[in-house]
Amino acid sequence: MLRDITLGQYYRTESIIHKLDPRVKIIGTFVFLIAIFMVNNALGYAIAGLFLAMNIKLSNVPVKFIFRGMKSIFFLLMISIVFNLFLTPGTPILTVWKIKITKEGLKIAVKMAIRLVFLITGSSLMTLTTTPNNLTDGLESVLKPLKIVHVPVHEISMMMSIALRFIPILLEETDKIMKAQMARCADFESGSIINRAKNMVPLLVPLFISAFRRAMDLAMAMEARCYRGGEGRTKMKPLIYKKRDMLAYLVLGLFLVVCIIFGRILF
Amino acid sequence: MIRTNKLVFEYIRRDEEGNVEGITRAVDDVNIDVKPGQFIAVLGHNGSGKSTLAKHFNALLYPTEGEVIVDGMNTQDGEKLWDIRQEAGMIFQNPDNQIIGQVVEEDVGFGPENMGVPTDEIWERVDESLRTVNMLEFRKSSPNHLSGGQKQRVSIAGVIAMHPKCIIMDEPTAMLDPNGRKDIIRAARALNSVEGITVILITHYMEEVIYADKVFVMDKGHVEMQGTPKEIFSQVEKLKELRLGVPQVTLLAHELKKSGLPLPDGILTKEEFVEELKKLKKK
Repeated sequence: MLRDITLGQYYRTESIIHKLDPRVKIIGTFVFLIAIFMVNNALGYAIAGLFLAMNIKLSNVPVKFIFRGMKSIFFLLMISIVFNLFLTPGTPILTVWKIKITKEGLKIAVKMAIRLVFLITGSSLMTLTTTPNNLTDGLESVLKPLKIVHVPVHEISMMMSIALRFIPILLEETDKIMKAQMARCADFESGSIINRAKNMVPLLVPLFISAFRRAMDLAMAMEARCYRGGEGRTKMKPLIYKKRDMLAYLVLGLFLVVCIIFGRILF
Repeated sequence: MIRTNKLVFEYIRRDEEGNVEGITRAVDDVNIDVKPGQFIAVLGHNGSGKSTLAKHFNALLYPTEGEVIVDGMNTQDGEKLWDIRQEAGMIFQNPDNQIIGQVVEEDVGFGPENMGVPTDEIWERVDESLRTVNMLEFRKSSPNHLSGGQKQRVSIAGVIAMHPKCIIMDEPTAMLDPNGRKDIIRAARALNSVEGITVILITHYMEEVIYADKVFVMDKGHVEMQGTPKEIFSQVEKLKELRLGVPQVTLLAHELKKSGLPLPDGILTKEEFVEELKKLKKK
């Protein structure tokens, strides 16, 4: 059961969004984020919302999956709404005892809520439609310009993909160690939080030792197979833009322009 | 193909402050000569220095004294390092710790990628090497869903894809079940006889060495015995001294001979044993 875990939240299905180059999706998400922070009026938000809805429809991912990500930020969302609603000075529209709700506060609260919801939905749409593998490849390619300022882009993406590969293995190992300790009467389930944390020590120490050992073995195996960093390396699955990717960029550019014109300049 | 000349390797043991506590000679004065196309087995119990020796063939470790020559290249020659690693591929014990890719075919492509092979050719090499180890149907699987033997076959494919002249297997079967072990040994023999790749198999399972062209037995860093499997296994007493068992059939034949049956030395397989017994019965 443990080894079926997939990191991120990739949703396997066929769709045009799934097929897009990961670079398009990463840059697209970024552009979308810029857009929702640029627009300033209801029309702008409506356009952004429409664009998002269109993408969700195209991606074939069930809507409930997309909103599942919302649970984790529910608290954040509530806090931001409450603070903006009650603590913004301005003309009051509703006063109950000492608490005032101002017109400006209401405006900002609604705006922030919409922005947050769009932000989370947009980025989870990206992770839902891109395999972690593709995502690391895409990131490596998108961040390539940072190499000029000596950011080890290739190394970072290699580390990410190795981490992804070893998560299920380490999970399995945790399970094994846990059972071995439980067989010797270790107790991971009862007691206060502090006690429980203390009981985790005999689990973490062997896990770390084995992780280090694995890392050493893996490094040796990689060296034995001629790994010497990103220099002079070819790709088995190089990222190549196709027609649909260019089309997607075009749509994206159009969206940004429309957003800026209608959401900021015209009204 | 691979030649070692008075090879010595020393581990320096240090205490917690980093002071030298002592020196362990893991490999001591080893002279071996492996010819192209041979199937070589290196036997030895734990701590005999056989894995340390294997790591020298791939330039993962460098000799303290003496030299290792791989296909005419000295492993201490820094410029030749990657050529040596490409020509002498290495398979390790734990299949989990040597698979880098998250998909079988990506892992097989890892070596050629590092060598800078063009994309089209990588795909050809991946196809070809997965076919060689009979894993083509699993090409899109995640390595985590494979059995130990299958994972080890993927590792072998990953090495074959680099087109090596020689494959060094460092206890490739130690963590596998009997079925997986058979698969790997079969794959190793096929590589040797069909593809003509030199295979150096490091192991402590006696059954795996009976098909080798030449066997080296190591103990305490020395090569204690060398010869064909027949020559090695006819010296049952010497092997016992080195804390190595012999295949069960060989042991049975040896004991029968000791108690008076006129059997020849060095019987390695059941079939051979039955033949010899039949001959005796006729007499």
